[in-house]
Amino acid sequence: MVYLDHASSVPVDPRVLAFAGRYLKEEYGNPSSLYALGLSAKQAVEEARVGVAALVHAETPSTIVFTGSATESNNLAIRGTALRNRKKGKGILVSVIEHVSVLNPAKDLQKQGFDLGFVPVDHYGVVDLGFLEEHLTPGTTIVSVNYANDEIGTVEPVREAAAIVHEKGAFLHVNATAAGGRIPIDVQKDGIDLLTLSGNDLGGPRGAAALYIRPGVKVQTVIPGGGQEKGLRSGTENVFAVAGMGEAARIAALEMEGEMAREKAIRDSLIEEVLTIEDSYLTGHPDFRLPNHASFRFSRIEGESILLNLDTFFGIQVATGSACTSRTLEPSHVLLAIGLAHEEAHGSVVMSLGRSNAMDDVPLVRRAMKETVTRLRSISPL
Amino acid sequence: MMEVWDMEDRPQIGYSKKVMDHFMNPRNVGDIENADGIGTVGNPVCGDLMQVSIRVENDIITDIKFKTFGCGSAIATASMVTEMAKGKNIEEALKITRQDVADELEGLPPVKMHCSNLAADALHEAIKDYRAKKEGRKEAIEEPAR
Repeated sequence: MVYLDHASSVPVDPRVLAFAGRYLKEEYGNPSSLYALGLSAKQAVEEARVGVAALVHAETPSTIVFTGSATESNNLAIRGTALRNRKKGKGILVSVIEHVSVLNPAKDLQKQGFDLGFVPVDHYGVVDLGFLEEHLTPGTTIVSVNYANDEIGTVEPVREAAAIVHEKGAFLHVNATAAGGRIPIDVQKDGIDLLTLSGNDLGGPRGAAALYIRPGVKVQTVIPGGGQEKGLRSGTENVFAVAGMGEAARIAALEMEGEMAREKAIRDSLIEEVLTIEDSYLTGHPDFRLPNHASFRFSRIEGESILLNLDTFFGIQVATGSACTSRTLEPSHVLLAIGLAHEEAHGSVVMSLGRSNAMDDVPLVRRAMKETVTRLRSISPL
Repeated sequence: MMEVWDMEDRPQIGYSKKVMDHFMNPRNVGDIENADGIGTVGNPVCGDLMQVSIRVENDIITDIKFKTFGCGSAIATASMVTEMAKGKNIEEALKITRQDVADELEGLPPVKMHCSNLAADALHEAIKDYRAKKEGRKEAIEEPAR
């Protein structure tokens, strides 16, 4: 088996599981309880906060709010900031290639009377900074641009975007679900006001994510309740997943540089081999892209059948932005935003690497891709 | 007493074995040279394009081939419909519905039902094309006599 879909799910690092497993069994206390069992759970959450804060060079651990998923972090960032700052204005700007967990809360706010604008991208998926500058108004409170896109791998000019956004007095939210633990992030140098990180993408268990909130940025909760996480995210902490995320962040900070150099070498070889297939194209930026990410499109065939063929005949797992795998039967909005025609977007394949991949995988993937494309094209009338 | 969850209520997860079989080993792939009827339905923009070609002798479909651009179930349903129609009288073949195709494949995920629709439509279009051509030939033969 060659698993190439780490953008969808990452296997939990065994070291993380060994570290965090105790918070399911022996150390099962509620962090809000005042006896020793509760305090040790509280301690685990606070240590995780230190680990996550250090990974992104946050000012203090207290800037980190733990949530249950990257989707929840994005909702807190967009809704929480727009609602809290609505006296200043009702302007929201998001890039067109944002994840649906950014787009949908923003569209929801639009229905409630907020002014939502979309920042376009070029053919590589790089946000149009000129457009951003022109469309920021004194009433804009929150702008959202992903650090790197999970479908096309393109890394955004976040630092430049932050300078523009701050010039106009707005806040910048950056979804770093795909980028976290894969490229160095420094929220202070980058000028990021709010940053989403996913625990699973770092190699932690699902069920924990974080939102970094720069000191001074005003955000209101979207989940009121018992007041955990400084009142910003009520609900008993998922100590196991949070502790796991903290440990995964610590490991990422130590090992990212070496591991990403290793994965990038495999990825570069993969791109070179796959592009020898007739009528195949790289999607996203050739240089400014995540080191573990390769994405393609193939003319005259459809992505779901490519995915199925690779899994069934070769034991290779990939993702696609084809309509046939989406709930809406619409092709990926990211692929349409970079200017692909619908029929081109249907033939997309995304490969995202992780620790389990090795250079030895490349010849198998090369052969599998060639045979898959040849077979499906022999069935295609196009 | 707890009610046992009825199998019928369980959501189907993924494709049936039969769909996978037709996807992995599609029957009757290709074109027919000088086909008696060709039906093309769908649109690459929507992600599905199906083409069914038929050879008809004495109103019996003696040969049938398909080509599909589309997902796994689009390929499987087209393959299935060719297998169902082969050897049938064109009147019987016209009665094959999308539900028949889906049933023969032991079910399709709800979101994929339009694939079986396309497969049945492509077959029906091929038969219509055959009939139109036949009419056209008849007219063409009759015309010089007028």
